Amino acid sequence: MAIKDLPLEEYILKGHAACPGCPATIALRTALKALGKNTMLIVPASCSAVIQALYPKTAFNVPTLNIAFEAAAAAASGVAAGLKAQGKDDILPVVWAGDGGSYDIGLQALSGALERGTDFIYVCYNNQMYSNTGIQRSGATPYGAWTTTTWTGKKEHQKELAEIVLAHHIPYVATATIAYPEDLYNKMKKAKEMKGPRYIEILTPCPPGWRFDMSKTVEMAELAVKTGAWVLYEAINGKIEFTGYSKRILEGKEREPIENWLKMQGRFRHLTEEDIKEIKHRLDEKWERYKQMYGKKE
Amino acid sequence: MIVIDTANHIAALAAKMAKPAVIAAYPITPQTTIVERLAQYVEKGELKAEFIRVESEHSAMAACIGAAATGVRTFTATSSHGLLLMHEMLHWAGLARLPIVMVNVNRALGPGWNIWSDLNDSLAQRDTGWMQFYASSNQEVFDNIIQAYKIAENSDVMLPAMIAYDGFILSHTSMPVEVPSQQEIDAFLPPFKPSWTLDIENPITHGNIVPPEPYMEIRYSMHQAMENAKKIIEEVGEEFGRKFGREYGLVEEYRCEDADYVIVTMAALAAEARVAVDELRSKGEKAGLLKLRTFRPFPHEYLKYDKMIVIDRDISPGLGGIVYNEIKAGGKEVYGFIAGLGGVDVSYKDIERIYELAKEGKEGWYPTEVK
Repeated sequence: MAIKDLPLEEYILKGHAACPGCPATIALRTALKALGKNTMLIVPASCSAVIQALYPKTAFNVPTLNIAFEAAAAAASGVAAGLKAQGKDDILPVVWAGDGGSYDIGLQALSGALERGTDFIYVCYNNQMYSNTGIQRSGATPYGAWTTTTWTGKKEHQKELAEIVLAHHIPYVATATIAYPEDLYNKMKKAKEMKGPRYIEILTPCPPGWRFDMSKTVEMAELAVKTGAWVLYEAINGKIEFTGYSKRILEGKEREPIENWLKMQGRFRHLTEEDIKEIKHRLDEKWERYKQMYGKKE
Repeated sequence: MIVIDTANHIAALAAKMAKPAVIAAYPITPQTTIVERLAQYVEKGELKAEFIRVESEHSAMAACIGAAATGVRTFTATSSHGLLLMHEMLHWAGLARLPIVMVNVNRALGPGWNIWSDLNDSLAQRDTGWMQFYASSNQEVFDNIIQAYKIAENSDVMLPAMIAYDGFILSHTSMPVEVPSQQEIDAFLPPFKPSWTLDIENPITHGNIVPPEPYMEIRYSMHQAMENAKKIIEEVGEEFGRKFGREYGLVEEYRCEDADYVIVTMAALAAEARVAVDELRSKGEKAGLLKLRTFRPFPHEYLKYDKMIVIDRDISPGLGGIVYNEIKAGGKEVYGFIAGLGGVDVSYKDIERIYELAKEGKEGWYPTEVK
């Protein structure tokens, strides 16, 4: 599958209200091309609630239910049950939530919906902060990042939500990012063909939030993968396989220096040598763990 | 058929006979036996419904909203802190105009933990856009649930409905209840016709950003729907009376015609007050009772008596009895009493005493401080 082979159907219409260079919109556009018409979106408070544009108009061309910040996965359980009760087995409920609605305020509802086997896809588009309320820290914000609630840089590392999700032993877990639309498309497509709870997390570098030029969104996502700051993998029934460039890193390819990614972003402008050492140390630890767990055994 | 059972089991039976397609609920004392019974109905195949065993009440209501948005009938039940946890989603269901029906078993709020009757939990949901019905007997619990679906799903209403009754006093007390046949219920309660649904052939976006002017219109139409509900509640109550022999309205008046003082209360206290009125009458007092069946919509038009004694099993700290203050706004001579909070027993003898105190021009916390 090459980009030119992606379906021509568009489910994000003209007139949406996203910022220029918005990665969430790129991600949703690609995801909906894979998911198709028989999709019902459940959207909690997030940038995507704004991107739809103002009532009585909408830029989303699939049925969309907006719901409170922490409630998306629970509402999706209700949508799935309502569809099942009516025998509408060919319609797929899809949550489209940010990292705030997934890592933090919506974590309980997400865990509940996964544990009780809700037949849906949950997508967390992760821009590593609360962007809709104006760039505040979230559980996904990386160490050292400036936000409007961490003026001198975040003092804690982010948690790994996909790994928490893996502990629910669901049929499909995958990570993706907008720099690799074919990979994102294929993972969405694969998830669509499965049953039960499926989780896909997409890294979405946000120009105003990360403080970089709107023309660099895709580059920023690509470099996140090449530096190993973001990891591409999928897990079918818990069996993890790294994909794309991340797989090459796992197999021994050198990661690009993390500084290359950090210095492109205004949110890391204030980092000290010590901070960068801490970030590198954490990254090395993470990859060491990946290699031990998922790498080729000698 | 006469069924002798607790209000909770009667509520589960009524919910089953209303045939919801989706139930989402989380257990909490003293509501638990409703959820247990419904789970049993579904697992035994006696009720063809999807039962979502959610991880919280907030999720219970979110799931009901999601299910109702696909166009199916839904049911849930809760109590006390569970209802408070739902609060955000109660507003959501109201503004989304989804006719979800819910039972709330009235229970006090903590700290300290108190599992006994107190109406503060449901009265705190006053402005969520939910109709609120209060029952004084297990029969009324059954009848209110069946009627609530018909009222909520009326195209002029399309609002969610809450059926409230006292924890333990009703929830765990067995009483005989006349239960119609399933055929009779089906004839009374037609299948749900939603006013909007998520539909892949007609993809709408529900609940995106609404500018101020249309938002105010949405709020206005919701208020109008609540006003419309008054007429529909009376029509449905009358039809129910014709079919099943028990007529219902917004209020129930008892010996009010020539009354000097009319006692106004609701839920289990109203059943006790009825006995008190008979006792007072036998002693030569011209006492009457006006039982509020609905708190939302509020039946202002029936609160026309010159002298009223309002007994509240609830408190708005810094203001007083919640029902008392709503009635006092009408400008009549009203005496307010706070009684029975956290399950303190209020017998018909207490209500007789309250009547005597009101006649002396007194009011307040009974029996703590009356002056």
